[in-house]
Amino acid sequence: MSNFEVQRHDFREGAVVYLHGFLDAHTAPRFEEALVNLIHENRYKIIVNMRSLDYISSAGLGVFMGFIEEIRDKGGDIKLSNLSTKVYKVFDLLGFPALYDICEEEGQAREKFNL
Amino acid sequence: MVINKKQKFQLKVSSKTENLEIIRDFIRAITGNIGFNEDSREQIALAVDEACTNVIKHAHGYDARRMVEIRVELDKEKIAITIADKGKGFDPENLPRPDVSRYIHEARMGGLGIHLMRSLMDQVSYEINPGIRNKVSMIKYLNKSA
Repeated sequence: MSNFEVQRHDFREGAVVYLHGFLDAHTAPRFEEALVNLIHENRYKIIVNMRSLDYISSAGLGVFMGFIEEIRDKGGDIKLSNLSTKVYKVFDLLGFPALYDICEEEGQAREKFNL
Repeated sequence: MVINKKQKFQLKVSSKTENLEIIRDFIRAITGNIGFNEDSREQIALAVDEACTNVIKHAHGYDARRMVEIRVELDKEKIAITIADKGKGFDPENLPRPDVSRYIHEARMGGLGIHLMRSLMDQVSYEINPGIRNKVSMIKYLNKSA
């Protein structure tokens, strides 16, 4: 019954991951799996587009914490884009804006990656 | 809706993460039309999600035979939510403020929930009796929800 979906669109050495619905402790493993797959494919330029994400709890934020250092060590990054005000507030409460590149639009993130 | 006398609600569900959505819907249904703005309603639902996730994960170790019990009391000033479990408990006083940059370095994926609860609610308190009854109580006042 979980209302959550992950889709991806690949670009050369990178990919955009689209999150839809509700990201909580029940659905976070599916987002984690998507990131693990990208790492296994050596795609380290990752954009997470949250335009259709309605909700995030700390379990979802934890997925961002779990892989970012490994990805940066490989010369990549996880850039976040299109966060609603509601979702941004949760990232902001925990100080994520100082540690992650949060872009208003996916296009800005792609430009930074040259994707 | 104006609340003249105390109203009580209770939800008891199996201790599994797929019930988090039901738990959040339960909280959102209670907090509608009583004076909380949309931001506050979201904050309360998220705080309860975090508390229940902790119970499911840490206190019950994902044992779906256990139950999560959420009690809510509403009066004209506040919403008070209590979540109880009979799990192993923890020492809330010894939890440091989360250091996200260190967690990133350690590739750690948890440790943020209690800090979020404290940030989102006006009061968060614990009664810990491991194996007997642990309880987290959270309060949010209506007049701070402008």
